[in-house]
This record gives sequence, C-alpha cells and structure tokens, in this order.
Amino acid sequence: MIVLENLSKSFGDRGVLQGLSLEIPDGQNTVVIGPSGSGKSVTLKLIVGLLEPDAGRVAVDDATVHELDREELAALRGRIGYVFQFAALFDSMTVAENIRLGLARRGYDEADIGARIEESLAVVDLSGTGDKFPAELSGGMRKRVGIARAIALKPRYILYDEPTTGLDPITAAVMDQLIMRTRDLGVTGLVVTHDMRSAFTVGDRVAMLHDGTIRQVGSVDQIQASHDPVVRQFIEGRPSPTIIEPAVRRSAG
Amino acid sequence: MSPLAASRAPTREGFISHVGRRSIETGRAFADVRTWLPLLTGQMRRLGVDSVPIALFIAVFTGIVLSLLSSYIFTGTVPLYFVGALVGKTIMMELGPVLTGMALAGRVGASIAAELGTMKVTEQVDALETLAYDRYSYLVVPRVLAAALMFPVVTAFAVAVGVASGWLTAINLLDLSSAEFLKGLKLFYQFKDIWFGLVKSASFGAAVALMGCLRGLDAKGGAEGVGQATTRAVVLGCEAILVLDAFWALVLL
Repeated sequence: MIVLENLSKSFGDRGVLQGLSLEIPDGQNTVVIGPSGSGKSVTLKLIVGLLEPDAGRVAVDDATVHELDREELAALRGRIGYVFQFAALFDSMTVAENIRLGLARRGYDEADIGARIEESLAVVDLSGTGDKFPAELSGGMRKRVGIARAIALKPRYILYDEPTTGLDPITAAVMDQLIMRTRDLGVTGLVVTHDMRSAFTVGDRVAMLHDGTIRQVGSVDQIQASHDPVVRQFIEGRPSPTIIEPAVRRSAG
Repeated sequence: MSPLAASRAPTREGFISHVGRRSIETGRAFADVRTWLPLLTGQMRRLGVDSVPIALFIAVFTGIVLSLLSSYIFTGTVPLYFVGALVGKTIMMELGPVLTGMALAGRVGASIAAELGTMKVTEQVDALETLAYDRYSYLVVPRVLAAALMFPVVTAFAVAVGVASGWLTAINLLDLSSAEFLKGLKLFYQFKDIWFGLVKSASFGAAVALMGCLRGLDAKGGAEGVGQATTRAVVLGCEAILVLDAFWALVLL
C-alpha cells in the first residue's frame, strides 16, 4: 500500500502541497483530480522518489521513500511503473529498445526480454511496432508504449500522469480501457487527471486535490453526489466567478 | 546526502559547490560498472572518432601558420632549422592539446549538453530513474570517461598532422630542407613533450564532458533552457581548458 502522510512541498515561495494525506489501497485504481498546477504530478514524483518532500512522509510497502539509500530506492522503483504525461520515451531508441531498457536492468535473459516486449506490446494493441522510433508514432500510440514499458516490468503499482490529456475521445477511451485492464491484472493504479470522464471511468476511488491538500476522497458515486461546492464546481467544470467576471469585463472593453 | 537531494537542480548554492557536489556524484557512479561499461565504446566512437575530422582540419592550418610565423620571426636572427623546433614543441605541448580541446569543447560539450538537456526537459531523465537507472552511471560516467580516453587519441592525431603540415609548409614554401626541419624538430625534443600534451588533453576531455553533462542535466524549461545550457556548457568547457592548461604548466613544467 502507498501512504502519503501530511506531505508538504514548495518550489521557491510557492507552496504546492500543504499537508496532503492519502492512502492508496492495493488492487484498486485511485484517481486524484484537481486543477492544473495543483500538485498532482508533484505527488507522483514524490512517491517514486524523483522529488523529496519538505515535510511529511511517503511510505510504499511500509518503507519511507526519502529515507531509502540508492540501492533500496532502485529496488523500490522496480516495483513501481510510471507512465509520464508526454510518455517520455527515449527518442534515440526504438519502441522495443525503450521497453528492453528496464527489463535489461533487472537481469532477464534475452529470451525472456523478447517475450515480455511482445507480450506488453500486445496488451496495448501495438504488436509489430517494436522497430519503430517514437517520432514515427502518434501521441496516443506513444502513451500506449509508455504503458507497455511500465507493465513489461510487472510492477506492483503504476502511476499514471494525465494519461488522457491531449488525446482524441476514442484514443482517450482506449487509454481508459488499458488502465482498467491493468488494474484487472492485479496492479494498483494511481491516476492523476483533470479529465472527469476518464476519472469516473477508471477510478475505484477518487480524491480531489485542492489548495495543496485532499479536499474530499470517496467512491465515484460519493464524489459525483458531493455537496462540497469546490468539488461540484470542478467536476461540473464551472469557472470561478473570480476568474469569469474580470475576463468578461476585459473582453467588454 | 540522500540520492534525492543529490539529484535536485541548484537553487541557492554557489556554482563551485554545485559542480563539486555533482562531480562527487559522478565519482561515486564509477563504481556502477555494470551500467556504464556497455555504453562506453559507443560514446568513445561518438565523442572521439567522429571528432577527428575537425581536429585534423584545425591541425593542418595550425601547422602551416606556425611554420610561416616561425620563419618570419627567425629569418636573419636564428638558424632557420629552429622552425622545426618551434613547430614541434609548440604543437606537441600547447597548441595541439589546447586547440583540439577548444574545438572539441564546441562539438562535444555542446552535443552532450543539448542531448542531456533535451532528455531532461522531456522527462526522459526522470523516466530513466524510474526504470531504476542512476543518471550519473548511465548518462554522465560513460561520456566523461569516453572523452577522457578519446581526447588524447584525437590530440595525438592532430599533433602528428600539425607537425606534418608544418614540415610540408617548410619544405615547399620556405627555404628549408626536410633534413633541416627534422634537425630542428629533434633539437629540443623530449619524451615529456608527448605525454605532457596527452595528459593535458585527457583532463580537458573529462572537464568538457563533465561541464556538458552537468549543464545539460540542469536544463529547465523548453528549447530556450536547452539552448542556454548548451551555450553555458561550451563557455565553461573552454574556461576549464584554460584553467587546467595553466594548472598542468605549474605542476608538470
């Protein structure tokens, strides 16, 4: 299980996370929703140890991430797959080489590596694309390769950073199906997104991140029935009057 | 220091301590032979072999100019066979290593900074770490080591070509025979002339590659950030060459 306890993180004078606490239970997809810049991606980077919290604690399988030494951190990362917002594929490598890199690190033999590459590409419906370079793929295909790279390692957890952002509705729906298919394989998922349709499709639990902390957490039904005005405003996509009125006045001259 | 703190970009700390800290990280990463060794030969080819044409181009014209310049200085005052001495001594000990180093600071330093900077801003470096690779072991060590090994090789070729072009200039354009040129070349020759230049160039290679790597890994933002990192890498690489040149002159002469 992943546990976030009272996490704080600032960049310069800007406090992004201010006492965030959340539990990500095993075997489910937990979705964190919140506006752009609210610290969703920062939360993922804290979990995988790419950033260090200013205060608080991230515990993965009872180990405090920022107290791990180099080898322990590498071992932890071996249990966590990370799907980046823009895929972050290595552009000098083919699709197969991108997937191979993580497998080679874990010392699998060549036969195993080849089989796992094929298997993971099949899961994301991209069989036969192993020889292509990322530049030859569409945005949606790159994101699917990102998922294939993560699931090839058979991780215990997968962190998805805005998996449907920038995709057309059909491709976004395909991504949602992949995320649910991965959960059905027994992988715990943590999805950060501001795509409400996706959040309600893939999420078993949904948490709303607002002002650096968790505003509300619950099942999809509970969030959809929420009476919290901040949650309602976000899931209904209503801009704040403090944003709208000045903009209207400006456009009216 | 935790591995997370070591991977943060510089904020308030001074540049010297920043480079020092990153250099220590690079030194520590040398122990991870399993990661960097398979990448070494590829980097040696890229950084070294591919740099030979530009180094030889510079060497040819340096030899021509030195030969003509020394003839101009010596005519009427010193026997002309001293042209061989000046051409040989200057190219082997100073101009060969320094001019080659400067040219490669532009080519190699810029190339490394641009490549790693692009990887940084597109989250490829983060992706590498989530696959349990250490950025210093995978990205920095093979480049620094390859440059330290290949700069002397490229410099040796440049020295040979520079002396040869000086000799060809002397026998074709000056009133000097091959025997006279070689007499001058041997006059003050010591074996130290060779290894002094090669030791220097190895240190230049390591410094240029290290600056390229560190500036690239510190790149922020988008294309502009990568451009700034590249420019800084070249400037710092050239400055490092001049400082190291003076250092070796003080220590070894």
